[in-house]
Amino acid sequence: MDWLLNAGDDPAHKFLLMIIAIVLFVAVMALILFVVDKPRNPSKWFIAGGFVGPALLLLAAGLLYPAIGTIVNSFQRRNSSEFVGFDNYARAFSDPAFLLVLGNTALWVLVAPALATFIGLVYAVVVDHSRFEKFAKALVFLPMAISMVGASIIWRFVYEYKPDQPGIEQTGLLNQLIVWLGGSPVQFLLERPGNTFLLMVVLIWIQTGFSMTLLSASIRAIPTDIVEAARLDGLSGFGMFWRITIPSIRPALVVVLTTIAMTTLKVFDIVRTMTAGRYGTSVVANEFYEQSFRQNNAGLGAALAVLLFIIVIPVIIYNVRQMRLAEEVR
Amino acid sequence: MSTTQPAVAPKAVPVPSSVADRSRKAKKALTSPWASTLAVVIAVIWTVPTFGLLVTSFRPELDIRRSGWWTVFGDAFAGEGVFSLRNYESALFDSSTNLIDYFVNSFVITLPAVFIPISVALLAAYAFAWIDFKGRDFLFVAVFALQIVPIQITLIPLLSAYVDTGINGTFWPIWLSHSMFALPLAIFLLHNFMKDIPASLVEAARVDGAGHVKIFFQVMLPLLTPAIAAFGIFQFLWVWNDLLVALVMGGTNTFPLTVRVAEMAGSRGGDWHVLSAGAFISMIVPLIVFLALQRYFVRGLLAGSVKG
Repeated sequence: MDWLLNAGDDPAHKFLLMIIAIVLFVAVMALILFVVDKPRNPSKWFIAGGFVGPALLLLAAGLLYPAIGTIVNSFQRRNSSEFVGFDNYARAFSDPAFLLVLGNTALWVLVAPALATFIGLVYAVVVDHSRFEKFAKALVFLPMAISMVGASIIWRFVYEYKPDQPGIEQTGLLNQLIVWLGGSPVQFLLERPGNTFLLMVVLIWIQTGFSMTLLSASIRAIPTDIVEAARLDGLSGFGMFWRITIPSIRPALVVVLTTIAMTTLKVFDIVRTMTAGRYGTSVVANEFYEQSFRQNNAGLGAALAVLLFIIVIPVIIYNVRQMRLAEEVR
Repeated sequence: MSTTQPAVAPKAVPVPSSVADRSRKAKKALTSPWASTLAVVIAVIWTVPTFGLLVTSFRPELDIRRSGWWTVFGDAFAGEGVFSLRNYESALFDSSTNLIDYFVNSFVITLPAVFIPISVALLAAYAFAWIDFKGRDFLFVAVFALQIVPIQITLIPLLSAYVDTGINGTFWPIWLSHSMFALPLAIFLLHNFMKDIPASLVEAARVDGAGHVKIFFQVMLPLLTPAIAAFGIFQFLWVWNDLLVALVMGGTNTFPLTVRVAEMAGSRGGDWHVLSAGAFISMIVPLIVFLALQRYFVRGLLAGSVKG
């Protein structure tokens, strides 16, 4: 049994386990489908159960049950021994350290999605139909394939600092630029509140490709007769952009903004890799990890997770509303 | 870190503009020098950081400590530039970093964690789209709504369930968790694609006496290949690049590249020779997959979803 569970550090064993997992899964699914297909005149429920059953089972076990568990946990003491009412939430909203975390998260959500959307939009408009369009878009698009961990390392190297002494050269690009311009190097990641913004740069850098792709597609979907009519009315350049393009793609803009906002809310990897939440850069998702798995404070961790959940809800409702509106217009 | 986002782009599928249209617009695009400058500035900011780290990963350790990567161009011109694969070698095989082991883990985690949820979701999406059973709409809305559950909220109870069953620290909880977290988005997305398949095809197969299982395999699956590819890339990028799930659910023998590289950034933050090489080792596979299947990825994005 242990052989099936644990591969230790033997690569061959790991690969074998991987194949076994897949074969096992295929066998189970095949059995279910075989059983479902067997009867001559099966009831609809029976068939549907075979098709939807595995998914519903996994969802119930993997999302529903644990989510309820966490909500209950958030009202309990750190080791889940007794109920403490709203104490965990009260702490999250009163302890200055946590207020900083909440403030940082708010800052992230306000700034990062807006900038990523804006830059993506501008870039989409500027390179649209240019000779290098494909190549230019690929450059901005590529960071989407890079993990947040990888992107954080890329940017940490840009922010790298070497002490300001004769004979020592800066190896971080940003500090070198400052030195070239006659300034003295800065320990970027240590200085509040600038460091939070420098962390946001990483997320913006990743997400701009997303906003560019979606917005570019919706700009192209603007009916040509509208553009033509506006042109006859003498609109061009910035006027065209402001009066025709922006209103036409408003629904797409909202979707992009809210989607990035949701990603931003849960940003963990970047903070973890860049500063591990030190120097006043922590956010809710990072603090959740810290409290739950480092400080063994499950109650507080659960409260933070629930908080994350509650903040997401209005964003999503707004998003779904906009989607509906967008569909009605069409 | 997010599980899923029901970000459904308005169904604004790009209409390819006609050739004449294109050339007319091409005249005005990039004509303003401001616009061109802006485009170049953005493109540079989006490329130079990656390029800098890439160059660094081929430089000798001492050079990296002493001078910036931009100096290599002057050096190369003077015939002094030294490039080697030494950093990659030590990042992959030195006993202190040993990234090759973590590479294996990343691979072993990713394959089942992409295959399993897609298969389960395909079946469920088929039922939601083409089997008319009671309570279908309610269940579908429920699954759709589950997209808003952040994975953070599930981690602690899931982990203690894994500990209770004794499978924690192995690959199984990671495969399971990724499969479960992927389902709401996968079902929703694949359902949308499946709905678009003409009912007449399904009807024809049914008249020929095909049952649901046969219709699923012989009518649906072949037509859904692009949709599967689209979601497959999402899921692949998500699993390969994931840090949180692997960190929480895994153990020393299962940690993937992301966990190890993030850990190195903390403990060996100044060792840029291994960090730079390590970062690119962790990025190479997703970059290749992404570039090869970009077409499907864009289609998936436009069809209404992204995972962050």
